[in-house]
Amino acid sequence: MSTSSQPLALSAGTPHNRSLSAQILDVTGLDPARCYQCGKCSAGCPMASEMDLKTHEIIRLLQLDMRERLLASESIWMCLTCETCTTRCPNVFDPAAVIDALREIVLRENPGLVPRRISAFHSAFLDQIRANGRVFEFGLVASYKLRSGALFADVDSVPGMLARGKLALAPRRIEAIQDIRRIFEQCAMERPR
Amino acid sequence: MRNGEAAMKVGYFPGCSLHATAREYEESLKAIAPALDLQLEEIRDWACCGATSAHSTNHLLSVALPARTLVLAARQNLDRVFAPCAACYNRLASAQHAIEHDKKVASQVESILGASFGHPIGVLSIAQLLSEMTDRIRSKAIVPLKELKVACYYGCLLVRPPEICRFDDPEAPTSLESIVTAAGAVPVKWDKALECCGGGFSLSRTASVVRLGRSILRSAKDSGAQALIVACPMCHSNLDFRQRAINRSAGDDRPMPVLFISQLVGLSMGLDPVRLGLNRHFVNPQPFLSTISAGRVEHREQA
Ligand code: SF4
Ligand code: SF4
Repeated sequence: MSTSSQPLALSAGTPHNRSLSAQILDVTGLDPARCYQCGKCSAGCPMASEMDLKTHEIIRLLQLDMRERLLASESIWMCLTCETCTTRCPNVFDPAAVIDALREIVLRENPGLVPRRISAFHSAFLDQIRANGRVFEFGLVASYKLRSGALFADVDSVPGMLARGKLALAPRRIEAIQDIRRIFEQCAMERPR
Repeated sequence: MRNGEAAMKVGYFPGCSLHATAREYEESLKAIAPALDLQLEEIRDWACCGATSAHSTNHLLSVALPARTLVLAARQNLDRVFAPCAACYNRLASAQHAIEHDKKVASQVESILGASFGHPIGVLSIAQLLSEMTDRIRSKAIVPLKELKVACYYGCLLVRPPEICRFDDPEAPTSLESIVTAAGAVPVKWDKALECCGGGFSLSRTASVVRLGRSILRSAKDSGAQALIVACPMCHSNLDFRQRAINRSAGDDRPMPVLFISQLVGLSMGLDPVRLGLNRHFVNPQPFLSTISAGRVEHREQA
């Protein structure tokens, strides 16, 4: 865990003496109590069929402060942030922003709960930015494979990508890479494992 | 509207994909820009917008990375920045929105960047940019695309969420249709124009991307469209590169060419398909190109 004194998105303090709703309100300015459980968010969610907790159920567990069940659910990692729910909520609530905030809480409090492939992807992606300022896709895929253990997925697509000139083989670093490193340090990055 | 006026200059944020897997998107943009009197001034030393991985893990990071790019744009005296990738567009526009509406985050980010925000920057998607140029597109369209039916695919982030985009209708948008119509093609009515393609899950949840792509492609094919028109490198990759897997899983081998909207505009101008990067696609675009007598590209079948 990082011990940076820089402001984190979440206020410091022992998390468990406050309700999850209060934490969410703090970070997003959104009060989960506002949601009246109409279910419109889940009705349009492209990932609903794969989620054990649908979008409105995620908000419901928040209202009930069922912290363990909610933070351990894979569903919060399945959200694509497609903004369909946020666009459609008749109550001007923002489930996509709430789910992002929940992910951030999991990363800070119990990063072991992040599904391996998802955490491997985010770690590989952010490492690319930290190293070069930009994402070097070949490096991203290689690093993702090592972290996720999905070594053989998509190997057959490499020749096709190369033949089409779609894969750069060496990264190009931006000039002011120190800017990026400082941004990462100061944002007190909590890296998924 | 700036239709018909003299040359337009906008800041240009290509984003990481346009220098790799979506090279043809940048190639086609650079090919059509001169004909549209459009000057794309690249933001010097831009960095990645942070994409899904930043906003899923650290809100501050997800604002600070694109905010740096906005600061660089202001230093280049640019008022507007064009981000051709819908996901980059969403991150840059969200950062600009946070800078204007969330004082706490704005001041945190100013201290992180060691810079203060100057004038507000207008962030433009390709739908916004080309919508302003429909008159020019129409006047440059020399290849008749009349019979060509296309399905315009917005995906999730081109017009959503509405308070960030402040452009077009978030449920029944028409901007892409107006652009392809100006180019001479015929937009079809279909019902999956706004469904998400699975975005950044291409590697980490490929099965989800295949499932979502299946319903998008089926709807596009059933609508009678001869091509799917996209405005985002992730949508393109999920629907072109992943199309073979999608078609296999659907037991449906009808190919559906997937074109960036800038490629369609370029074809209407009579530009060489190779200059527009159509040789880089995974789904063979030749039958489609032959329909409009647009010349040939060398196509390699997917291994
Ligand atoms: S659409 Fe809005 S009000 Fe309805 S259940 Fe979802 S978050 Fe709650
Ligand atoms: S933003 Fe997430 S929860 Fe909301 S509709 Fe999209 S995938 Fe579902």
